Amino acid sequence: MPHVLLIEDDASVRDGMELVLRRHGYGVDTAATGEEALALLDAPEGARVELAVLDLMLPGMDGFEVCRRIRARTATLPVIMLTARGDDHDIVTGLEAGADDYVVKPVTAPVLEARIRAALRRAEPSAVSRVAGADLAGLVIDRAALTVTKHGVPVPLPPTELRLLLELSASPGRVLSREQLLASVWDHTFLGDSRLVDAAVGRLRAKLEDVPARPRYVQTVRGFGYRFGPL
Amino acid sequence: MRGRGRGGRSRRLVGGLRTRLVVTFVVVALVSAVTATALAYRDARTAVLRRTQDAAVDDVRTRVTAVAADFDLPPDQRALSRFAAKISDGLGARLVVARHRDLVAASDPLADTDGRITVALRSAVRAGDGARFQRVTWRDEPYLVVGMPVTYADGDRRASGLEVFVITDLRAERDDTAALLDSVRTGILPVVALAAVLALLAAGTVLRPVRKLGRATRSLAAGELGSRVAVRGHDELADLARTFNETADALQASDARLRDQEAKARRFVADVSHELRTPLAAMTMVATVLEEDADQLPPDAARAARTVGAETARLSRLVEDLMEISRFDANAVELNAAETDLADTVRASLALRGWTDRVEVRLDEGVRAVVDRRRVDVIVANLVGNALRHGAPPVVVTLGTGVAADGGARVALEVADHGPGLPPEARERVFDRFYKADTARTRSASDTGGQGSGLGTAIALENARLHGGTIEVAEGPEGGAVFTLRLPLRRTGEDTE
Repeated sequence: MPHVLLIEDDASVRDGMELVLRRHGYGVDTAATGEEALALLDAPEGARVELAVLDLMLPGMDGFEVCRRIRARTATLPVIMLTARGDDHDIVTGLEAGADDYVVKPVTAPVLEARIRAALRRAEPSAVSRVAGADLAGLVIDRAALTVTKHGVPVPLPPTELRLLLELSASPGRVLSREQLLASVWDHTFLGDSRLVDAAVGRLRAKLEDVPARPRYVQTVRGFGYRFGPL
Repeated sequence: MRGRGRGGRSRRLVGGLRTRLVVTFVVVALVSAVTATALAYRDARTAVLRRTQDAAVDDVRTRVTAVAADFDLPPDQRALSRFAAKISDGLGARLVVARHRDLVAASDPLADTDGRITVALRSAVRAGDGARFQRVTWRDEPYLVVGMPVTYADGDRRASGLEVFVITDLRAERDDTAALLDSVRTGILPVVALAAVLALLAAGTVLRPVRKLGRATRSLAAGELGSRVAVRGHDELADLARTFNETADALQASDARLRDQEAKARRFVADVSHELRTPLAAMTMVATVLEEDADQLPPDAARAARTVGAETARLSRLVEDLMEISRFDANAVELNAAETDLADTVRASLALRGWTDRVEVRLDEGVRAVVDRRRVDVIVANLVGNALRHGAPPVVVTLGTGVAADGGARVALEVADHGPGLPPEARERVFDRFYKADTARTRSASDTGGQGSGLGTAIALENARLHGGTIEVAEGPEGGAVFTLRLPLRRTGEDTE
């Protein structure tokens, strides 16, 4: 039974979502503030949390900051941002803070569930096709252990970014469109937002590339999408 | 643009302020120089001639009086010739003609005198009692002819019948005045050149502030609202510069006010959006639970639960539509454009909403354009949703390319239905907000999630305009409504990272 942490200051929304998720078999922990959520993650029961649904507009510490703090603690916990602000600016900021996905309120139960399932699937190691690790210009991607090291230094990657890297590096030199990446990495069967891909690529580059502005591993193919290499 | 600039410059050289100023200056200088010269020349010439004439008449009178005193009348030819020669001797080699009735004698017997002594002068001398003179031109040379009757000194000063004509050469005087004219004529050239130089200097002092003002106006028009000009002096140009600065101040102030209002409007939209969405989020979740349990509820409660669910969904859509249109009004929309395959986008929009089986597609493959995929999806969803909800099947979506009136390539996406169509007055208003066409077009409220908010087509049009495109509505060849989205086909390959 997957365990979800709901970080939401509005009691009605929190109760409604908890109700829906519990009925569909999820374990649910709730927190009304970011501080409360971080404390809960640090507590022993925090270990059972497999995914966080994070509201952006929170009293005190806002969702962006909470997301950054969660990312600083653990690279592997999927975070879905839930925002009542649908402005492009907020969405992009949320994604750049390290969220794996974002959902604009109000959201129907089936859509929320689908996105939780997709995020959990991305975190599942078994979902990734495993081949032997290879040395790609100093970058070693161990597809069995799901670890990435660069010149021997481990690079901790959250599930979405790791999956994105695995997907791109599976066929170096091949161009994958944003839509293809959305479908394969995010499991979006609905029309997704290509900003998800762009934000994740940006975060991946920040961690991987020597000079993120002049990327070596993940390259942009104008008007088409992204490609791993040529190295 | 560049051609126009060149044309403008050459036009400016021909009819520009500098040219006009220089031409005006030179013309004014010429006119004043010529007028002054002409007046001075006329006066000088008159003065010279008068002096010569007066001197000549005086000389003649004195000499004739002196010589005539010893002269006996009537004379014979020899005496008359002597008389003429005597007068001529005292006058310094001037040609003298003496007449007495039919006798004529000249100081120089070989000279032709008839051409110079006119009939008019002769009759004037004969009739009068004093000296008469006349200027004549003979063989292209000017002469002064002074005529004088000799009168008896005694009593009533009767005419003696003796007449004396003295011909004086005026070439020296003519040459003097001609030299004056020449020197003035040679003087005009430097005057005109000086006028041109002065005009250029004046043009510079006038044009420099004008140019500065022009530059400032251009940068103001280009959006640099801080653009000002330095005010120097107290002339009309300074007034103009001051007025310009005041206008720029006012513009900057109203721009700041508008920006402030716009920012407030954006914040308001964002706040309203947040405040509306939060309770809706809770309602949407709870409504799901109610709908799931509806089957186990008594019939009335089940109906209530389903109604709450349907109306919550409708309210959510209405709020989304309102927020979207408010964002357009608050100028808070951005185009996240990237090169996109349009046929793919249309197919994805239809598939996402489960419309693939209900819509017939005729899509040109490989049409790629720089568009915001999310916004194109909104347009397709609104137009197709509209056709499905209000029209009758088959709904046909056609994608093609063409050439616009301005010569640029365009994408045309056509959504046609085979329903009753739109009456002309509805076609005019179909893009108005909250406008709902004739209810006859609405088949049923329960179909595809009930009636729209009346904002869908307005949002679609705003999205099309954001791309520099349009949406038109017309009647199909076999009835039904045809909505056509036209977008400029831009393939810039720009990076959208």
